[in-house]
Amino acid sequence: MTIPFTPESFYGVVSALIFAAFIVVTLVGALMAATSVRLIRSVCGLALSFTGLAGLYYYLNNPFLALMQILIYVGAVCVAIMFAMMLAELNETPRPLARSILVGLVSLLAAALFAVPLIRLAGRSNWMSAPAVKANAGQIQDLGRALLTQYGFAFELISVVLLLAILGALVVARSGRGRIQP
Amino acid sequence: MNLMNWSQTLDVYLIVGALLFAIGILGFLKHKTLIGMLISGELILAGASLNFMAFGYFRAPNPVTGQAFTLFIIGIAAAETAIVLSIMIAVYRNYRSIETRDLKEMEG
Repeated sequence: MTIPFTPESFYGVVSALIFAAFIVVTLVGALMAATSVRLIRSVCGLALSFTGLAGLYYYLNNPFLALMQILIYVGAVCVAIMFAMMLAELNETPRPLARSILVGLVSLLAAALFAVPLIRLAGRSNWMSAPAVKANAGQIQDLGRALLTQYGFAFELISVVLLLAILGALVVARSGRGRIQP
Repeated sequence: MNLMNWSQTLDVYLIVGALLFAIGILGFLKHKTLIGMLISGELILAGASLNFMAFGYFRAPNPVTGQAFTLFIIGIAAAETAIVLSIMIAVYRNYRSIETRDLKEMEG
């Protein structure tokens, strides 16, 4: 007696479904971040979108960058934005209705101006092939080696940029602390 | 396209990246506050790095290239966020608002 459906026969379907779920989460989160009037919802949408993007990175055979995406973007950037939001007012004041419709139309038009050619370009080109790389290429050891040899200069520049950003952020946020009018 | 294997086609990633980029531009124009514009800028960067990752995985002879670029984008975005947030705090101290409409002292 043969079993008609082994568990292995479902792996492909389940994988494709999870991939679709990650795409949906990414795009819905991005839409939430872009269109919400309440800024707290915008930040939550951003975190959702980045979580979905980390899933897409996982499907690109790269668990390390998926973890980095969650650690840095969801864990650090979104939390920093939320802290800054607590210091300011939380909501955008809504525009008058006619003006909000106008702004929505114009921004939709501008977004479509970029999206439609890019998507048509992606669809027209003949890129529908399997990955050219071997299954084990581009692992974390290779990435670390490349960061310290091939991309060593850029790596050092990034660290200088980060140091300057920290110092600059401290200086800018510190100035004017003494003269707050009640 | 084989629907079972669609996570291994380049086009899907390119389309998602283009949509993320477009949604970022939509939000950049629609938001009224500096925080909203910062969030939309992060979405634009996310679309760009997804493109880098996809091309690095599917097309580049050395897949490390795309990963290194994405790591650099993450680093630059973190620096950008720190700077923008501190500027925003300074602006809020002086203007009591982070809406772009109120920042018009240098308007002609």
